[in-house]
Amino acid sequence: MTRTWTRLLSALATGALAVGLTACGSSNPLTPAGTTAGGADNTIVVGSADFTENVLLAEIYAGALRGAGAKVTVKPRVGTREALVKGLQDKSLGVVPEYSGNLLAYLDKSATQTTPDEVYTALKAKVPSGLTVLQQSQAEDSDVLVVTQQTATQNNLATVEDLGPKCGDYVFGAAGEWKQRWEAKIKQLYGCTFKEIRTTDAGGPVTVEALKGGQVQVANLFTTASAIKANGFVQLKDTKRMYPAQNVVPFGRTDALGEAAAAALNKVSAALTTDKLTALVARVEVDKENAADVAADFLRDSGIPS
Amino acid sequence: MIHDLVKYLSNPRNQDAVVHLLLVHIRLALVPLLIGLLAALPIGWAAQRYRRVRALVLGASNVLYTVPSLALFVILPSIIGTRILDELNVVVALALYTAALLVRPVVDALDALPAHVLAAATAVGYRPVRRFLTVELPLAVPVLAAGVRVASVSNISLVSVGALIGVGGLGQLFTEGFQNAYNPPIVVGIALTLALALVVDLLLVAGRSLLTPWQGQRAGRRRLVGAA
Amino acid sequence: MIFSELADWLTDPANWTGDGGLLQRVAEHLRYTVIAVLGAAVVAVPLGLAVGHSGRGGTVVVGLANAMRALPTLGVITLLSLQLGILRVGPVLLGLGILAVPPILAGSYAGVQSVDRAVVDAAAGVGMTSWQRLWRVEVPIAMPLLLGGLRGAVLQVVATGTVAAYVGLGGLGRPLLDGLRVTDYPRVAGAAVVVAVLAVLLDLVLAAVQRQIVPRGLRLASRTVSGVA
Repeated sequence: MTRTWTRLLSALATGALAVGLTACGSSNPLTPAGTTAGGADNTIVVGSADFTENVLLAEIYAGALRGAGAKVTVKPRVGTREALVKGLQDKSLGVVPEYSGNLLAYLDKSATQTTPDEVYTALKAKVPSGLTVLQQSQAEDSDVLVVTQQTATQNNLATVEDLGPKCGDYVFGAAGEWKQRWEAKIKQLYGCTFKEIRTTDAGGPVTVEALKGGQVQVANLFTTASAIKANGFVQLKDTKRMYPAQNVVPFGRTDALGEAAAAALNKVSAALTTDKLTALVARVEVDKENAADVAADFLRDSGIPS
Repeated sequence: MIHDLVKYLSNPRNQDAVVHLLLVHIRLALVPLLIGLLAALPIGWAAQRYRRVRALVLGASNVLYTVPSLALFVILPSIIGTRILDELNVVVALALYTAALLVRPVVDALDALPAHVLAAATAVGYRPVRRFLTVELPLAVPVLAAGVRVASVSNISLVSVGALIGVGGLGQLFTEGFQNAYNPPIVVGIALTLALALVVDLLLVAGRSLLTPWQGQRAGRRRLVGAA
Repeated sequence: MIFSELADWLTDPANWTGDGGLLQRVAEHLRYTVIAVLGAAVVAVPLGLAVGHSGRGGTVVVGLANAMRALPTLGVITLLSLQLGILRVGPVLLGLGILAVPPILAGSYAGVQSVDRAVVDAAAGVGMTSWQRLWRVEVPIAMPLLLGGLRGAVLQVVATGTVAAYVGLGGLGRPLLDGLRVTDYPRVAGAAVVVAVLAVLLDLVLAAVQRQIVPRGLRLASRTVSGVA
């Protein structure tokens, strides 16, 4: 039976070799990702949430960081803020693109600041130890409640205040985490209690389709989403500032972001504007271009080395 | 559609991304296959020998297989203390599924062993462990191979689900494509998953032939994967 | 620690009743499962029986079934959703149906194939027509393996049906995915437990059906292929 043993061992060895080869050049599955602390010659892991704009921002950050000499890995579509913060805290991630207002609301549920500067100052005070926010950008991407053109005209809806008393007639579509974050606040500020809050997705095709098809009458999208213009959706003005300012800001580990890395990301924040961001997002969402390609174009046009 | 596909595939960044995801997928599907098999052997051996263990083990493996993979991927960090993005979560979960899947074929295979062969081995002087490794296991290879083939296909398919927690090999092509309402990544992902399953299956069949030189081709030809 | 939170979540009636409660989700999940498996059976059982009975086309059918097993359900459902319309239930039913076909096909085919040739010969010798041989002899003997395939299909579809929530539909995937998004692990674990229990219950029901349908003599003789096939 030694012959069978030899065959078995050689088969196993070949198999192990093949699997081992696939591990070359990628991280070993049995060691945790991103253990190496950041800094000049260690790998920075850039994470992103699971919507297109955030993936794009992560690619922009990654490009700028490479330009500053760092080794970078991108982990797209990790999940929601909860998952990203967990990732930062257990060192799976080095930096993620965040939005000032929502991040502040997540770190401090009782926060009341709404303007960009106020939010940023409050945010800096609330960041947990070991983590940091770099300079924020003037580019903003905010949550926004939208309705179809038809709904708006038929019911005279231009602001969320107009919507408030009528909420009980409508089904609302948003991502799974919306209810937990905003249901109480919208009731408090606008007296709005929706007939039903249905989970669709984070400003993606399910939400758009649900609004178009009438399964929901009001939906939560993001201000830079191309679907708003493409479908003629009406954005309801948030007159009472339920959604605070949402400036794009890098959020990461202090030990992952050395001086050069931080400087590169600050350059990105300085160069980014809401209009530019909207145009870039459209290129990925509508023209289906590769996010890394679009990111590279932006960095080149802004004179940031990548 | 073809035009979109060509446009997608001719972009070198997309090519790199797809190849990288494919390699991750291979790793995440095959490492658990090996671990699960190695775990199933002793467990199956114990289950075949001792009746109480058999009932317990077969019942447990049936129930384990009903736990949705996504839930297992998510709960494991809390139980085994890994970090949220560790590929290890997927590897351990899939190894558990593989072991659950393979315990029954191990038991069936050992059950089907001709008693006179085992008696002969014992008569010649083989101790239990040596008999297991050099007589029972090789004879069990055909049935085991069928089980491993089913498990490999199952794993290759389940790895995609990991995309919903940010680890997922080719599954990330599905979530990306869906989010952007863009077909090509999804089509490429499905095609590569199928191709991978086919290649692995062929390798397993070749491996089985290698390990059972006494069996002619005819015996295995029309056997359905998964039918005992 | 997590087990006590899990128990609390599962025993809280607020999580079961009302809009979006577990009862509604179980009903949705059940609906997807039943329609997908029945649809698959309508296609796969006749095909498996026909191929097994005639003895021709076996390799093709086997190859097809194995290839279908390799189709990643998430990929199929997302692609079909984009093609046929998001938020429509068709893509999910089709995707789950594709998942269910291989085990049912395998079970039917193996079932008919497992009939002892001598028995078929005897039936022919007694004067039965091909049709009679199929329905009076082969199908009853094939029942254990056929039903085993059905049970395997139900198991897979129940466990995988959670994917429907990703494309915006309901089912037990909804609390799973929503809980995941806010790292509400008791909710995720709770949904998983309900899925597992649902699968086990359905399997028990089918096992009872199997005991009724399969003739006693056969039950003693053959060993059923249950669980995953």
